Amino acid sequence: MIFSRETIAKNVFLFCTLASTVTISSILLFMIALGLPLFQESSFLSIWTGPWDPYQGLYGIRPMISGTLWIALPATALSLPLSLGTSFVITSLGGRELRRMLGALVRFMTGIPTVIYGFVGIFLLMPLIREGFGGAGMCVLAAVIVLAILISPTMILFFSDSLLSVDPGDVQAAKALGADRAQRLLYIIMPKALNGMISGFILALGRALGDTLISLMLAGNAIRAPRGFLEPARTLTAHIALVNAADFNSLEFRSIFTCGIALYLFTTTAVIAVRFIGRKKSVMQ
Amino acid sequence: MIKTSIRMAIIFFAFCFLTSPCFSGDLDSFEGQSGTLKIAGGTAHIPVMKEAAKRIMTRYKDIVITIGGGGSGVGIKQAGEGLVDIGNSGRAPKPEEIEPYNLKIFKWAIDGVAVTVNPANPVKSLTKDQLKDIYSEKIDNWKALGGADHEITLYTRDESSGTREVFWEKALDKGAISTKALFVTSNGAMKTAVANDPYAIGYVSVGHMDETVAPVTLDGVTPTLETVKNGQYKVSRGLYSNTKGEPKGLARLFIDYLFTNEGQQIVVDSGFISVK
Repeated sequence: MIFSRETIAKNVFLFCTLASTVTISSILLFMIALGLPLFQESSFLSIWTGPWDPYQGLYGIRPMISGTLWIALPATALSLPLSLGTSFVITSLGGRELRRMLGALVRFMTGIPTVIYGFVGIFLLMPLIREGFGGAGMCVLAAVIVLAILISPTMILFFSDSLLSVDPGDVQAAKALGADRAQRLLYIIMPKALNGMISGFILALGRALGDTLISLMLAGNAIRAPRGFLEPARTLTAHIALVNAADFNSLEFRSIFTCGIALYLFTTTAVIAVRFIGRKKSVMQ
Repeated sequence: MIKTSIRMAIIFFAFCFLTSPCFSGDLDSFEGQSGTLKIAGGTAHIPVMKEAAKRIMTRYKDIVITIGGGGSGVGIKQAGEGLVDIGNSGRAPKPEEIEPYNLKIFKWAIDGVAVTVNPANPVKSLTKDQLKDIYSEKIDNWKALGGADHEITLYTRDESSGTREVFWEKALDKGAISTKALFVTSNGAMKTAVANDPYAIGYVSVGHMDETVAPVTLDGVTPTLETVKNGQYKVSRGLYSNTKGEPKGLARLFIDYLFTNEGQQIVVDSGFISVK
């Protein structure tokens, strides 16, 4: 035999890794290549920092960049404590019945289509916001609240799984030393589960950055950068969905690719940043 | 024996054909056809498309017709790219869209675009200048127009909407639309938004108007089928179906059907104006 089984397996996996790396980097190159006519037409800086007004020949996506950040970051920040608490209850703090019910509920929530959340937002949440805070109801706040609920099952499931996968021996040892439930959770289980929990957080953040439908339905899609939670906003993804219909060769359509590049960079930066923080934390221990 | 059963079979089939409904003669051209017909584009067209498709598909089970939205821009683009067989648009395609795709255009209905507010809003009449001021944010409170002391919520459609194009050209005379305007993505979504927001103003195809939203009289003319038809209400447009090159097969039959008496009756029943 020329190739041992091991080398074959190694090569197959190497090939898979290379293929996915090439795919991911070629997506970026592809977007840059297709967006090129726009970069040549208007100044590079004005695309990222200027306003959007296609009738005036302005194709800036700054309002959408700030819309995405205004919606995705608060939604993740709101969802994190919710998910942490829920996963603690599901894995250790809650009673047997409560754990079972909560777990089933969270798994059920992952199966609800996004559009249902959107509709509930329109018919239940929006009138409340309109009456309570004024304005049109279609605003950053509405999208943030619904998005936080939408992404929390992702976080909760990842958090619970990694909390449960901690070696029970360690937990028993802490118990023998007299640590109570909360202490075991905070000082033994949490630090051990940190890596998995970070993965869950990244996934949820990615979902928040990438979500289209919730912001499209609830945030109002106005082309002005939001200055508060009660103002409408348009995210990069919603912008792509809205501009998608324009003529293929128009510069308007090309701006889709700049949005794509911006989203790509956001997600990559977020992943790298969170991983970096995670690594620092685990080195410290 | 065999002869008898053949005869029986012939009688049976003859019986089937003779008893099939003969009142819908305009549908007969679909006889013996099968396959899938894909339609997408303008959202104002959807009620007509749905009704026509329903009638065809209930009678001829081998024909499948799918209807998608997306807006006029999508309709023209997808028809041109060959992604759908018929692409609808609420505006005539531009020369630069017709040329590369060799689009053939069929105008089968006329529709008005009505300015609309929530039924609870006391302001139900505006001049064109007031409308322009509202959309350019010069007037931003209903109080200035005799309504409640509350900020006006502007609703608009995305750039690919034919309804928006007609509204912008003929009601706003290509005037500014404020950047604070909220975007919705279909005539239906516009209606939902205005029906749920007491301080809203928006615009919707006259064919889509119902009691959930109130029409606004513009310069003394109320948008109704009559005023659009006799030309008094100026904010109107044709409804178009476009195909890449001459339509063939099911697409041809479907478009022909829209122009038959029955097809035009569907147009009228859906709240649009017949082209005949």
